Amino acid sequence: MNKAYFEIIRPGIHSTLQDLGRSNQYHIGIPFSGSMDKRNYLIGNKLVGNKLNEASLEFAYQGPLIKLKLGKVTGVITGNVTFNILRKNSKIEKGLCYRTFELKDGDQLDIISTNKSVYGYFSIKNGFAGEYIWGSCSVNTKAKIGSNDGEKFRVNQKIYINKNESLSESNKIDYFNSKIEFIRVLKGTNFNFFSEKAKQIFFSREFIVSKLTDRMGMRLEGQKIENVAEANIKSEGLIKGVIQVPPDGNPIIMLSDHGTIGGYPKIAIVISADYDRLTQLTPGSKIKFKSVELDEAEKLYKLYEIETHNILSQIR
Amino acid sequence: MLKNILNLGDAALYCDFGNEINKEINSNVIRYFKNLQKLDLKGITNITPSYNKLIISYDLSVLNFQNLKEKIINLDIKETENNKSKIIKIPICLDDEFSLDLKRLSEKLKIEKDEILQSFLNKEYFCYMTGFIAGMPFLGDIDSKIRLERLETPRVKVPKGSVGITEQFCNIYTFESPGGWNIIGNTPIKVFDKFNESNPLIINPGDRVVFYRINKDEYLKFNE
Repeated sequence: MNKAYFEIIRPGIHSTLQDLGRSNQYHIGIPFSGSMDKRNYLIGNKLVGNKLNEASLEFAYQGPLIKLKLGKVTGVITGNVTFNILRKNSKIEKGLCYRTFELKDGDQLDIISTNKSVYGYFSIKNGFAGEYIWGSCSVNTKAKIGSNDGEKFRVNQKIYINKNESLSESNKIDYFNSKIEFIRVLKGTNFNFFSEKAKQIFFSREFIVSKLTDRMGMRLEGQKIENVAEANIKSEGLIKGVIQVPPDGNPIIMLSDHGTIGGYPKIAIVISADYDRLTQLTPGSKIKFKSVELDEAEKLYKLYEIETHNILSQIR
Repeated sequence: MLKNILNLGDAALYCDFGNEINKEINSNVIRYFKNLQKLDLKGITNITPSYNKLIISYDLSVLNFQNLKEKIINLDIKETENNKSKIIKIPICLDDEFSLDLKRLSEKLKIEKDEILQSFLNKEYFCYMTGFIAGMPFLGDIDSKIRLERLETPRVKVPKGSVGITEQFCNIYTFESPGGWNIIGNTPIKVFDKFNESNPLIINPGDRVVFYRINKDEYLKFNE
């Protein structure tokens, strides 16, 4: 194993290794996990010349302060992030997202915070050394699986890197993280459990992202969604993006680490094209839902994919 | 029988096998699940069986609703060897310190504690599904006389290994987790083992489960 590692001086709020997630384990209770904002994760890996499923460090809100030991490596930060590079000779360089930089032995990376967004990614040439289970090194803190024994990073831990290697030339892309005005959804399988008034509220009023939001789910606050049928259904499978409404009338959106089955009625499901940007909504953000039909959602995803592909292909 | 297929969002199929919960319907769900698992269709990312539904998620860049729906409708569902269920014996300690809600059950149901425990131990259970948290088995059906709704206020932390009952079902908390089921005992056995990557669960859908009582001493020594 390579000896080089990052020492964690400050872990940040929720820093974990993530890749594209693990599939085909829902039936035993293991969700997808993986990078919340897949596009930013992919751009990061592409900028440092990696395979597109290499382990990256995902952080939320305040990121970590880490120091490189016994190596050198090219890295990049993607997302909307404020960070500094503290050189060994005490020189401070202001970091720029989507621009690769080189770190040498003793240099520190201070990821101060994400701006008007939740998640950011630190990707390095050849990736971090993750621990793999069911084809992924993504950390799932609930089932305690994946890298770092399924836990978020703590102070004084070491994050090993796969290989000491810097790119001979720097790499960059101009990318702007756009906001979305509406979260587009398809009607859920229990849409008709809700009163006419509730349906109208759901598609016309603003909801606020509450503080009770993490990698498992996003809780919303706003006008209550009234259920006129049964408050519970027989528990059944869930997928990310499902919007459940528990008896208290406040919708919960399932995110990447969600419980695999659930028994609350499903009013709607967020379309795949809007998932990345949904996960970046910070507590306090206002969101509005817009109903689309299945064929439209499929087209929107194709467009989103083409767009991602175009961004990645601009990177040499 | 598979009654209906709807879309669950733009990247999953919602296969409806009916509204009731019984072994026949559930066995049908599991049969589809196992057949699909074996087929290993390109683009399918997850298959989630539950009491009477099967959710099939897929990669939208490989499949879409219409073409996968047609594939599922035209599936030739075979009885597979996998469909043979196993009997799993689960040790359970029913001492007071583990049976957190036995008093509540006894008061609400107006049945003596011992009678509740005896009734619980007397039956063989069927595993309808696993999930919610890693490896949690949903077993049924418990005797109708010991059925009770969930706690009014769920516990913030249910201890790992707790065995809970509610309505016609019984489950085992594979991790410490929030939960509202009536806890009647605790098992020392590892129901979910992440280090056994190819076979992490000891109880799988379709299996039959019987509980046998152990004392505290046996409980403590179980994993030695």
